[in-house]
Amino acid sequence: MIVGVAIKMLFIVLVIMGLFLPLITWVERKQAAVMQDRIGANRADLLGVTAMGLLHPAADVVKLLSKEDMVPSGANRFIHQIAPMVALVPAIITLAVIPFGGVYQFGDATVSLVVADIDWGMLYILAVGSLATYGAVMAGWASNNNWGLLGSIRASAQMISYEVTMGLSIVGLFMCYGTLRLTEMAVAQDSTFRVFGFLEHIFGLSGPWFAWLDWITLPAWGIFLQPLGFILFLTCIMAENKRPPFDAPEGESELVAGYHMEYSAMRFGLFYTAEFLEVPVIGAIVATLFLGGWSIPWLSTADIVGAVGGAFGQGFASGLCMILHVGSFLLKVVLMIWFQMALRWTLPRFRYDQVMDLCWKMILPISIANIFITGALVLWLDG
Amino acid sequence: MLAEFIGVLLILGLALVVAGLMALAPKLLGPRREFAEKQEPFECGERQIVSPHQRFSVKFYLVAMLFVLFDLEAVFFYPWGALFRELGWFGFAAMGVFTVPLVVGLLYEWRKGALEW
Repeated sequence: MIVGVAIKMLFIVLVIMGLFLPLITWVERKQAAVMQDRIGANRADLLGVTAMGLLHPAADVVKLLSKEDMVPSGANRFIHQIAPMVALVPAIITLAVIPFGGVYQFGDATVSLVVADIDWGMLYILAVGSLATYGAVMAGWASNNNWGLLGSIRASAQMISYEVTMGLSIVGLFMCYGTLRLTEMAVAQDSTFRVFGFLEHIFGLSGPWFAWLDWITLPAWGIFLQPLGFILFLTCIMAENKRPPFDAPEGESELVAGYHMEYSAMRFGLFYTAEFLEVPVIGAIVATLFLGGWSIPWLSTADIVGAVGGAFGQGFASGLCMILHVGSFLLKVVLMIWFQMALRWTLPRFRYDQVMDLCWKMILPISIANIFITGALVLWLDG
Repeated sequence: MLAEFIGVLLILGLALVVAGLMALAPKLLGPRREFAEKQEPFECGERQIVSPHQRFSVKFYLVAMLFVLFDLEAVFFYPWGALFRELGWFGFAAMGVFTVPLVVGLLYEWRKGALEW
């Protein structure tokens, strides 16, 4: 049991942290270069091979490791030392509850592709996500620097504000799926719903002429059930990560570098890693909640097993499902990473008052309204 | 029940080891040439005139207080949301009653300017 958990943990951590993370630092530079119509990230070379700048992540690591690790005078040494670790650890442990595949039956053995199947998984994500605030606050407070402190105060106010709205914007999703367990949410999205089914319910429409309309189905994904919740949640979780356009806590033109001002070498690298690691983690969370998790649109697990299981056996069908589902999940994560990167290089930084106004005056009222609209619709359509 | 947390503990251990190694590595690999000027906190080329540990704007306290209120309210929404279909219209109405003071409080803060920056 513990070996199985360890293997699953190593798989997800290696894919997200060992594969996606270095690639993202490259994509960040390369996509910026493409979007700004310039040549970029092509200087790091090894014996003349530049490989389109793919060596830059390795060069980053070598550089960050070989720099001097400084602590400014007057700083609180202990807090200054542990703050970067406090920033990074929550980003990694969020991965524990993300289901990157369903439950598969191989003979007697059951394989469930999630590290920890907690029944309050969504609450775990929110709780762990809020721990990341401490990293920013401790870093700014301990480094005895005016810019650092301003950055950390801004970071804490921004992150706790968006935490409230992030929590409220997904309540509609809990109401649709009736659970907080992420594996159950993913299973619930592994199906389709009839787009015009409500016409039958409201007007009593039926009959052959209705059949052509009724033929249109959509995957029962969060993005189709809760379109407003999707936009609100994505905004909030991106603001939580403090990346542009929400990077007021570290805005270079105002605060020099913000809360990680007095950090150098790999302990700056830890903040940098945490920020970049959050991008695929956000991708995984959004994919699980709103984009169907590991499910394949219009092709449920039962369909695959039904088509293949008879001819090739149960074990083969399970294995095929597993590979397709993990592939589908990772594809959705890549899609969300691309989206975040495109947004990051498209929008300019918001002013701090705009960031806070967006949270308290726009997203908070809309998400409360969304809860009650969803509630009324769910009860009405359930009859 | 507790078996589910083995995964959480394992990944927590892994995260601590990764973060610890990353934090420790530059101490072993990096150079170490300290002198007083270099250790000074960065202040745009000036000496630090004011200590950072002073008062800061009260707005941040207000946000923190609002956070405590609204996050607590938000926590009440989760179990209600998960059990929503079983509770039916009664649960819907009950949550409506619960939310009215919340919204009134939000409007009050808004009118009083607590949300202005």
